[in-house]
Amino acid sequence: MASTTQTRQLPAIRTGTTTRHTRHPLRAVPVYSALTVGGILVALPFIWMVLTSFKTQFEALAYPPTFLPSVWHLSNYADAWKLPGPWPGGFARYFVNTIFIASATTAGSIITSVLAGYTFAKMEFFGRNVVFMCLLATLMVPFEAMLVPDFVIVKSLHWYDTYQALIVPWLASVFGIFLLRQTISTLPNELWDAAQLDGLGHAGYLYRVVAPLSLPGILTLALFGFLESWNSLLWPLIVTSSDTMRPLQVGLSFFITENGTQISQLMAAATFTIAPILVLFLVAQRQFIEGIARAGLKG
Amino acid sequence: MAIAPVLVPTALGSRGGSSSRRRRYWRTTALAYLFLLPAVVVIAVFHFFAIGFAFYISLFNWKVIRGAFLALTNYTVILQDSDFHQALVTTIWYAVLTVPISIILALVAALLLSRNLRGVAVYRTLFFIPYVTSTVAAAAVWRVIFRPDGAISGFWKWAGAPSPQWLNEPRGIFQLVLQPFGIVPPAWADGPSLALFCIAVMSIWYSQGFDTVVFLAGLTAIPKELYEAARLDGASEGQVFRYLTWPLLMPTTFFILVISVIGSFKAFNQIYIMTGGGPAGTTTTVALLVYNQAFRYGHLGYASSLAFILFAIILGLTLVQFRVVGRGVRAASG
Repeated sequence: MASTTQTRQLPAIRTGTTTRHTRHPLRAVPVYSALTVGGILVALPFIWMVLTSFKTQFEALAYPPTFLPSVWHLSNYADAWKLPGPWPGGFARYFVNTIFIASATTAGSIITSVLAGYTFAKMEFFGRNVVFMCLLATLMVPFEAMLVPDFVIVKSLHWYDTYQALIVPWLASVFGIFLLRQTISTLPNELWDAAQLDGLGHAGYLYRVVAPLSLPGILTLALFGFLESWNSLLWPLIVTSSDTMRPLQVGLSFFITENGTQISQLMAAATFTIAPILVLFLVAQRQFIEGIARAGLKG
Repeated sequence: MAIAPVLVPTALGSRGGSSSRRRRYWRTTALAYLFLLPAVVVIAVFHFFAIGFAFYISLFNWKVIRGAFLALTNYTVILQDSDFHQALVTTIWYAVLTVPISIILALVAALLLSRNLRGVAVYRTLFFIPYVTSTVAAAAVWRVIFRPDGAISGFWKWAGAPSPQWLNEPRGIFQLVLQPFGIVPPAWADGPSLALFCIAVMSIWYSQGFDTVVFLAGLTAIPKELYEAARLDGASEGQVFRYLTWPLLMPTTFFILVISVIGSFKAFNQIYIMTGGGPAGTTTTVALLVYNQAFRYGHLGYASSLAFILFAIILGLTLVQFRVVGRGVRAASG
């Protein structure tokens, strides 16, 4: 099942539409040239970031600038990791926080989305459309408009500067519910009939049959949820105050804006902030790109 | 009917059957709400209740704790606030600088990538990478690149030109471009600050990969037979694009347009990191103003009103796009 949904979606996206322009091999040259120029422009900031992270502060600001570091200094990474300045936690702490928060929110939103997605896709119950419309309506309101009230709510729950504040509001996502409702509604109803003959109720059917068969959708949700949590800045910036509670992006933002931060150490920190997500993306890029393409096509 | 007939006991008569079916329906309903409970509790509190609560807060002089009831005073004050006017103009400039260029670049990239050439998948991956990296880290890199003593300035100096102040430059780009020719434009025609322009460059770099992937998906959805027919009719490449690809791609373009405009009105991270709203407030967009008012000055009521106005603007813009452009889309693709 999983593989059929993939083969239905993928080849078209991967291979592109036409072969009409490529009859003559020389016609491909301008295409490759344009793509290469674009590719270099996109990659240059990353290349520059990595190269600068190995330079000394002096060389990073030297004029005329050097391209490759004259001596490769690995020490910037160790120094940035320990975080010089008024931050006792250091990046190790930020990483632990972020991995914990991202895992918890991702796991939570998968569970709530599978449950709710299944309910909307396959169960007939009183008030289904009303509840669904209410959820739909919340999608129209931008996160910015909820920033202030959510902050006040978190404060009045005495969750300010705790993990609860960083995790609980993200344990359910309307996007996730829609995504899994979509995935689950494609499952044939005969499966449910067969499951009932085997004596399964809704819960057992959901756990044993629906969840395994919806794995592609769950994986897409997991990737996007994890990515969003890993990269989020605004909410954790607002609800944390102590250094030990800060996730990665907030810690990095303080390091960036602090006067006297060394450029080469900053680039080292940017590199190790980006690296894990980049690896994740390269490993699972099919899921990422397919997810985006699918969301786009629906619009 | 989702209820499988096999499980309705056959021994019961039709009357008993329907009552047992009704009992099953209500049992299913109870179970459904049990399944929905975790998601609904979180969404009800942090989304649904929050929207109403946001409006409630916006009616008060709410500084950390609730103060005097102001009715709609916050809204009337904002509409006359010069900071808000400047932020609105800045936000519109930011959208104008980023959205069209992103879309054009992405369309070109998607058209190139959609040709069935060997190895293009590598380019697609490459173009998409900025979008998955953290905006904070990416903005840190661009902030350093655009330093007055940074890489771009070094390149400028190497080319023999006096280097501008980039992210520290509050003057408008039209003013700066016209300056060497001795032309001083009137104040209203200064244009967005160079600092905002630099942020726009970063934002285009960041978002083009997303647009490209969506365009690619739209291109693949166009039936191949149409291209074969066009080729048989002897259409040139330009004609194929003008009369086939472009109109059929319209729904995708429209989707990207709506998403991009909304995104540009909500942009926060890269601006917060690259300039923090400076220099001289020339990169303070409405989203940044909401943050500053609420979490730097503690004016929660005022910020909440501001957020509602931002929401209204986004909603209005989306509706306008649906009416004006959306009609064109239906006409072109229908």
